[in-house]
Amino acid sequence: MATTAEVSRPLTLADLKGKVDPDWCPGCGDFGVLAALQKALVELQIPQHNVVTISGIGCSSNLPGYINTYGMHTLHGRTLAVATGVKLANHDLTVVVTGGDGDGFGIGGNHFIHTMRRNVDLLYIVMDNQIYGLTTGQTSPTSQLGMKTKSMPFGNIEAPLNPIALALAAGATFVARGFSGEQKHLTELIKEGIQHKGFSFLDAFSPCVTYNHDNTYQWFRPRVKKLEDEPAYDSANWYAAMEKAQLWGEEIPIGKFFERTDIPSLHGAEPVLAQGGPLAHRSLRLPAEMSRGFAEELL
Amino acid sequence: MKQTFAVSIGGAAGQGVATPGDVFAKILTRRGLHVNAYNAYQSIIRGGHTFLTIRTGPEKVTNMGDRIDLLIPLNQDTMNRHLGLLGSGAAVIYNADTIQPGIPADGVQLCPLPVSQLADITRNKVAQNTLAMGAGLNLMGVGFQPLEEVLTEQFKKKGEAVVNENVAVARAGYEFAAAHFKPFLNPLPMTDNRYAVLSGNVALAMGGVAAGVKFYCAYPMSPSTGVLHWMAAHARKAGVIVRQVEDEIGVINMAIGAAHAGCRAMCATSGGGFALMSEGLGMSAMIETPVVVINCQRAGPSTGVPTKTEQGDLWQMLGAAFGDYPRVIAAPTDIADCFKIIPEIFNIADRFQCPGLVLCDLLLSEGRLSVDPKDLDFNVPIDRGELITAAGGPPSGPDRDGIYKRYLITESGVSPRAIPGVPGHVHTAATDEHDENGVLLSDEYTNPAKRRAMMEKRMRKVAGIEAAVKPPELIGPRNADVTLIGWGSTKGVIQEACEILHEQGISANQLPVRWLVPLKGDAILDILKGCQHTIIVENNYSGQFARYLRSETSYVPDGYIRKYDGEPFMPHHIAEAVKEQLAGKTNLSVPRHEIMV
Repeated sequence: MATTAEVSRPLTLADLKGKVDPDWCPGCGDFGVLAALQKALVELQIPQHNVVTISGIGCSSNLPGYINTYGMHTLHGRTLAVATGVKLANHDLTVVVTGGDGDGFGIGGNHFIHTMRRNVDLLYIVMDNQIYGLTTGQTSPTSQLGMKTKSMPFGNIEAPLNPIALALAAGATFVARGFSGEQKHLTELIKEGIQHKGFSFLDAFSPCVTYNHDNTYQWFRPRVKKLEDEPAYDSANWYAAMEKAQLWGEEIPIGKFFERTDIPSLHGAEPVLAQGGPLAHRSLRLPAEMSRGFAEELL
Repeated sequence: MKQTFAVSIGGAAGQGVATPGDVFAKILTRRGLHVNAYNAYQSIIRGGHTFLTIRTGPEKVTNMGDRIDLLIPLNQDTMNRHLGLLGSGAAVIYNADTIQPGIPADGVQLCPLPVSQLADITRNKVAQNTLAMGAGLNLMGVGFQPLEEVLTEQFKKKGEAVVNENVAVARAGYEFAAAHFKPFLNPLPMTDNRYAVLSGNVALAMGGVAAGVKFYCAYPMSPSTGVLHWMAAHARKAGVIVRQVEDEIGVINMAIGAAHAGCRAMCATSGGGFALMSEGLGMSAMIETPVVVINCQRAGPSTGVPTKTEQGDLWQMLGAAFGDYPRVIAAPTDIADCFKIIPEIFNIADRFQCPGLVLCDLLLSEGRLSVDPKDLDFNVPIDRGELITAAGGPPSGPDRDGIYKRYLITESGVSPRAIPGVPGHVHTAATDEHDENGVLLSDEYTNPAKRRAMMEKRMRKVAGIEAAVKPPELIGPRNADVTLIGWGSTKGVIQEACEILHEQGISANQLPVRWLVPLKGDAILDILKGCQHTIIVENNYSGQFARYLRSETSYVPDGYIRKYDGEPFMPHHIAEAVKEQLAGKTNLSVPRHEIMV
């Protein structure tokens, strides 16, 4: 049984262990993302009852069940809308949204764009394996051209979506890419994403060892290049980020592409939240004279 | 028969039908009179045909009625369409410069206004409207003072010159009528009552705020958009976060997110938007997070007739989202009830942690009714059920293992609900079937016993919901010749149809159904057992309620009255249909709407 950290003692990795162990395939990239998230929360020492991990549907979306924080396992593709509601209702909560590429870029594409535009203060980790796993191997919005799957046995003829470029274009204020095979690096990105006050997008390569035989750990390892290793790279420069976002193939940048801190998050801009604490803690009753006023407007 | 008076104003969209409507409604309610207003319009911003009917009287006016007493056509098209509806005693006021009257029925007074002689039409584009208001109020026996007051309020922001000009134009119309036209036989009475005038959408929004809604989100869709507008305009004052979302799928999910974090959350839409929300309702039921969703029905299917009314979404609501789950569906029976029903359904949704659905329609949403301000009392009972917040809550239940179980199996089916942020109650709420701890069954290799236990736990809530809701009651004489069964918005018009029938020697009563789920079928059967001739009245093609009642109770009525042309029932439609059915001519009547709008 998982333990519960109280305010009196520090949060440990053991506290964050879920009620059950993950049932992902041995070797799945999602293990690395879960471990990095747990490490990041321990390093940041955020009490587990103040964290809500929200997911959609798919292999990676089972993650909330494997981490001992408040969790929601919502509908396929709808996580960001649910998470926006949670954050606006109680902005004291740390909201981490997890899911896959099909969930976020396919069925949830509309919410993805609009949640970025709104700069909702949450971290969105997409465990991107470029395939549909839980439905046993169909093409996803990030599957590469030519990739053969059960749904496109003659090879994918649709160009893949570029999540980093899309996030930049849609106005995400923190855009990063990590790799499940680079634990420390990924943990740091998660920590930064949680601390960023606005929408943080983290595209995390999370290889599917069962259905994606093209984009494997072995395929990624020589290709991924950390932006942090480029001293000249300026993550405050949107245009530079957009240029880096175009790289794919022999060199694939990972790390923090972009961050801006000069615009308020949605809850920061919401006038109703300007005073009075989280909405969920407020009294349901209005002052009697205010309610009378509403009726008198109609006289 | 009650004393009522109806004035109808018609013209193209953009010609200014709304302003005279608002002015009349204000003057009438300030006189202590009741009003009921219905606007027949099209999905068009400029042009087309808009026809607003305001009916007034000293007693409650429950519907648009059968008779127009005063017609104000703002263009030739309106004159052509509606002059023929006027009967003896009615009058028509029109711009003699631009409109030809045609041939009216006997006893109809034609009241032409020489608009260009009475006002400077080059400066005042709506002079004909203002003149007609002045003339109309004169014929109705209302002094000029109230009109002057309302016009002054209306144009105050535009400065004294505009106020003076409009008052002068109105006075010219008033005096011209006094000199040239015959007043109506019965001048409008006056009472000391004071009424608020509001639409169903405003009532729904205010009911939400009274219930303690702190989060409202929506995607604009006629005829539900008025709820969004009121909420947005009052958001800061009332402390409600109001968000416009990218689509209705986002709407329902965002509302559920806010509700899950502890707010009372509400959203409104129409049939098409509701269709997009249905998967979300299943989530609300499965994770047991209450949310209230309003469907303001319009004529369907598909985009349908966006500005016309219908009761065609009952089966959509009954079947929304796959799988079996507890839900509550209520249909407000008039505009005042739109206010009342929201806090009621929130209490049920909170207590039983399930979706609460409100089935309204365009007739109520966009219609207007005078309501005693006392009936808009925000001091309503609030019951959040077994909710555990940082501030406390009920005990977390008999924790056999000393841990909190979000989906604890209980006799009532209700498990104490902790909101995120409360220490010691960390759990995951899952849309996959789960065990008492919220662990996915698929993570434990699907377990039929646990699945069954969880299904039964959730469905046990149905008994509690059933007990929380009152059965419908028969209105009118006990042993009537005919019993009219309706649901939701038809209550008012059926009531008047019963009065008409009574005057014609046929006693009639009504069973208005307000709670659709739970239906209270046994109680309904008990009532109907003693009825002589039963007819189900509803605003749809297939008799959706009749089919529902039959499926729940095996009850088959003697007849049906249905209407699906986009317009609401008028009292005579129902009264005449009842007569033809009692005479044995048919058991299915589909009244024809005579007003071409």
